[in-house]
Order: sequence, then structure tokens, then C-alpha cells
Amino acid sequence: MPVNLFGLAKTFENRAEDIGLVQGHRLCPGCAAPIVVKFSLMVARKLGYEPVVGLATGCLEVSTTIYPYTAWTVPYIHNAFENSAATMSGVETAARALKKFGVLPKDKKYAFFVFAGDGGTYDIGLQSLSGMIERGHKVIYILYDNEGYMNTGNQRSGSTPTGSNTTTAPVGKVIPGKVQLKKNIVEIVAGHEYVYAATVSISDPNDFFSKIEKSLNFDGPSFIAAFSPCVRFWRIPDGAANSISKLAVETKYWPLYEVENGVYRVTRKPRQFKPLIEFLKPQGRFKPLLSRPDADEIVQRLQEYVDRRWERLLTLEEATKGKPIR
Amino acid sequence: MSDYVLMQGDEAAALGAIRAGCRFYAGYPITPASEIAEVMARELPKVGGVFIQMEDEIASATSIIGASLAGVKSMTATSGPGFSLMQEAIGYAIMTETPTVFVDVMRGGPSTGMPTKPSQGDIMQARWGTHGDHAIIVIYPSTVQEVYKYMITAFNLAEKYRTPVVFLMDELLGHMRENFKFPEDKEIFVFSRLKEEQLKEEEVFLPYETEEYAEPTPQPLVEMGKAKFHVSGLIHDESGFPMANPEIAGGLIRRLVEKIRLHADEIAMYDEYMTEDAEILIVAYGITARSAMRAIRIARNDRIKVGLFRPITIWPVSRTRLKQLLSRIDALIIAEMNLGQYAHEILEMARSSTKVKLVNKVSGELITPQEILDAITEVQSGIMGYY
Repeated sequence: MPVNLFGLAKTFENRAEDIGLVQGHRLCPGCAAPIVVKFSLMVARKLGYEPVVGLATGCLEVSTTIYPYTAWTVPYIHNAFENSAATMSGVETAARALKKFGVLPKDKKYAFFVFAGDGGTYDIGLQSLSGMIERGHKVIYILYDNEGYMNTGNQRSGSTPTGSNTTTAPVGKVIPGKVQLKKNIVEIVAGHEYVYAATVSISDPNDFFSKIEKSLNFDGPSFIAAFSPCVRFWRIPDGAANSISKLAVETKYWPLYEVENGVYRVTRKPRQFKPLIEFLKPQGRFKPLLSRPDADEIVQRLQEYVDRRWERLLTLEEATKGKPIR
Repeated sequence: MSDYVLMQGDEAAALGAIRAGCRFYAGYPITPASEIAEVMARELPKVGGVFIQMEDEIASATSIIGASLAGVKSMTATSGPGFSLMQEAIGYAIMTETPTVFVDVMRGGPSTGMPTKPSQGDIMQARWGTHGDHAIIVIYPSTVQEVYKYMITAFNLAEKYRTPVVFLMDELLGHMRENFKFPEDKEIFVFSRLKEEQLKEEEVFLPYETEEYAEPTPQPLVEMGKAKFHVSGLIHDESGFPMANPEIAGGLIRRLVEKIRLHADEIAMYDEYMTEDAEILIVAYGITARSAMRAIRIARNDRIKVGLFRPITIWPVSRTRLKQLLSRIDALIIAEMNLGQYAHEILEMARSSTKVKLVNKVSGELITPQEILDAITEVQSGIMGYY
């Protein structure tokens, strides 16, 4: 039976410390990042894995490990901003070697996780991530994508969507905020071919769990891009992370799909989609854009973009069906 | 209305750079230097400049070298971990004699360290961070007003000597807001690059040709224009083409070092406070110098003859002036927020009979006037024979 929310809730009832990330951390109320972490760790635990986590510099790292406290009850390492994937490559290799020499029991199941934000993944950490996947380390790299450098106060990143207001790409009278499109990180990762890559959203937990389960079973590197609303700099209410995530999926902004050895599969196909504006409107980060005279035009272009991307995804799914690379 | 405004150190760095003619900024967010990027992102487009956020500090550092060679004054800003990533590019800028300004708003290290706490831990890295023999100019202001002023100087020196200039700031200075007055235009000198029309049409532009060997002065770089030249991090001749000839190799490295070393007195800037009759000399820089000044005022009330030497260019320091001061004092106090990095440079010049007291702190807190005062009292009682 697949892992489901009810089953996990039952398992970890009164055993919160077994999950790996416990209460008392200092992330903002309503932040989606700890939910992403807990969802991932719970599945690993439930399936009998011992999680080992590595973090890149970011909100999650600084807020969960404020001296003299830690919110982690599992082995934890933070190195720097650009090298969490490389660090965990080392950890994973060491574990394999220790098993080989009989220091660690051969049947012990470890789940090596990296948790990194979009700055540490799309930008400075991309080289390290690519190296980890190419070498085939069995590490599950989980990106919590809050679409900007939120830890340093909302600077744009390679993940920031077009038109979002950030301090280093501010929306002004002349320039409408960030003009470039968000990088398609899943396709970049999927381009490594021998990898399991997927997108997840906290608004669809069962899909989330099944993708983590697949990652754990996949005999190689995995990459999970988790949509992770930032209540502070997306300028949304504390309780809105889930509803915004839901809107992201329902407006084609954040399609839920996976790529396994080159085979695309869209895991959620809503019958009807909402217009993109319904995702943009409730977020304060798009407010300066939407109050510009050319807002309709820009939104229209973005709508066309998400539509085309969705069509492309369906085409890829059709074209790659039953044709894994290896 | 008063001429004074409230200004943050990081903001002053950005505005000073724009005033100096900087028109290209590439950077990457890092506490406590992010605000410089934020101000640049807002202000540079207004004066026809370009701000780009890069994917990391390696990219930031190298893109400003590209932009500077292409013809515009360029800078980047970062803090400890980012400064470490930039070191290779700084070496490249030295080798290719590319005017660039690297701001390092220092925070506690090593590694991630203490991102929101002050430290003066990058003193030696600023000097020797990149590999190979080289000379470099490092400027270190103490107040927000000075940040603006010396940022302009940093660009001028970078252009004049065709070298990267490292601009060190304390985390505290970067984030502090204090009274600030925009200097008038007549108080400001801005070094200009060669204009396109100053180049002779028929002549090949030799970017690495210098005026004379004894005191090499590099020619200024050309403004955005048609001068074509070869750029390489390899050992090269005056045209820029790689050359492994031992004579050229040795000559180039010596020239790169001597163009700074032989002009050290011209480049070096410093400030003194009550040194005329000083028997005890404090050497301190950056924010620590401000604590020292307070301590000196208190000590002077007790008729202790103490003064301050504050290097503004910590590399190169004015050896001429410092040697004069060191030759006539009884005791020397060196206060810095590290475990004695700059003390090496100073002690090398001190007489062996000078009593030395180091005041060091690496806890992420400032050195207080009281701590410096305690050091003054201690060396004073030593001088008076109360030990």
C-alpha cells in the first residue's frame, strides 16, 4: 500500500521527534519549507530508511540551527552555499565504502537528503548538483523553491518568475521587475538522463509522498523540486502557503510531473485550469507589476507561456512513453 | 534645511561608486553587503549604467573584469565567503591590469562564520588572497562619510595604476546609519580613461606598455571604443600576447609589483590623532580606530600622552611616516578585531625596545574604548615603572 497522509499521521502521532525536524525552529509562521522537509523525512522513516541530511546555506539552514539549539534529530551537515550536493556526494560515498569494508551493516538503509533553496540550486549550487547527478550518487536532492534569495532579503534568483518585485530587480516605471523567465530546473536535471526528477507541491501530499517513495527506490540520484511559498516576501498571509501552492498547480504555473530515465509523466492533469491571473493576484510580490499600465499585456504573455509549456509537457509525455534512455 | 542626511555605509559605497563613474555592477546577494547591490540595482539604470545579478561570486568578479576591459568602470561587492570565491578573479585582474573595485564588507569567518557580526578577519586575505607574487591596494574607511569619499579614491587608484582595488568595510559600518553630507563637486576629482580620439589611428594600441621601467606607470585604459587588444592571464608581453620568455616573465611580475611598491608614498593615505607629543602610539583601522579615538580622549584627561595612527590604505601603508612615529615612541598598541593579522606589518617596522601590547577580539563584538583604555593604562604603568 502506498504511503498516504493518514497513514503517516497515524505513524508519527506522539512521535514527532522521530520525523527528524522538530518544533521550535525559527522559520516564519506559515513557511512551506519545514512542511517540505517533514513530508520527505516522514516517507523515508516510514519505509525504514535512516535519513542523513545536508543543507545548503539558506533560510532553512539558519532558522533551524540557532545556537545553542537545533531542530534536527537526524545526522545533519551544513557546508556552504554552493556545495551541498558535493558534500552529500562525499557522505554517500563514505557510507558505501564503510559498508564495503564491513564497518556499517550491509543491509542498513540510509536516505541521503540534500535540502537547498533556489539560490543554492538554480544559481551558485548548479555545478555541484550537476556533478552529483553525473557521478550517480544515490542522494535525494530536494529543492524548496521560494523563488528568490529570501534569507538575505528578497533578491532575484534564477528561479524568480517574470514580473516579480525583488530588491535587485525592482518593478519601476521603466523596467517591469525581472524580465527574464524562470529557469526550468527540472529539465536541466532531467538532461543528465540517468536521474529521477519530479516536481511536487505541498497542496498535493499524496503525489508528494509517492514521488519521494520513487526517489528512495530509484537506484541513482533523484531531484525533487518542491514549490515552497514564502509568506514574508511573496507578501501573502501566514496561512496562505497551501492555497497559493494549489493555485500554482491549477493555473499551470507549477505543473506536477516526473521524468524517470528520460520518460516524462504528468502526474496531475486537472480537467479545467484557472487563468494565471488568479495565481498572481493574491500575491503582493506581483502587485507593483499589476498596477502598471502594461500589466494586462505582460500577464497575457505569461499566460501564453504557461499554456505553451503545458502543451509541450503533454507532447513530451506522449513522445517518451515507453522509451527510457536506459 | 540642513545639508546632512542619514546614510547607511553600504548605501554610501554604492553612491560613491556611481559618483566616481562606475557604470557596471555585477553582484551576488550576501549579508552584510546585499544592500550595495540593492542600491545599485535601483540607481545605476538612472544614470545609464547596468546592474546584473550573477549566479555566484566567481561570475560577479569575472564579469566586472570583462566590463572594465570593454570600457566602463566596474565594481562588485561581497563578504567573506564570496570574497574567497573571488580570489582567482582578483589575481586575473592583477595580471591583466584591469581597473576594478572589489568591496568586501567583512563579517566573522572562517566559512559561514558570523554573517551579521563585525570582524576584521580579512586583512591578510585582502593582501595575499590570490596566488602568486603580486601587489595590491587595499582601502579601509572608518566612517560613512569616508566610505563615500574613499570609494571615489578607490576608483581613481584602480584606473591610475591599472589594478584591482580592494575596499574593506566593517559589517558594522555597512549597516550603520550616520550623518552624511554629499561633498561638493569641487572637492571631488575623478580620473578619466583615455578617450578614443586620444589614440593614434595608425598605431597599434599596446595595453601593457609602461612609461619607464624604473618607476613604471601604466597608461590608462581606453574608454568604450575601438582599441583592440589581446587579454590573457598567462605571462604576456606589452601587446598582451602570451610569452614564456624568462626575461619577459620576470620583468612582468616585477613591474606588476613595483608599479604599486614604488608609488607607495603617493598611494598611501593615513590619518593621525594627537600624535605630536605621543609617547604611546595606537595603530588601529576601520571601526576600531573610532574606539581608539574615544580611549585617547579619556586617557589625555589623565595627561597620558597617547596618539593614534590610522592607516586608510592598509596596503600599502605609509612606511615613511610610520617609521618616523615608531622611532620616537615608548610603547605601541595595535588594536584589531582579529588575532593579530596587521600587527605583523607594523611590528616589522618597530624598534626592538618598544613595548608592545596587542588588543585583539574575535567574538563578533567591537573592541570597546574601555578595552583600549585598559591597554593604555597597562603600558603606561609599565613605562612609569609601576610593574
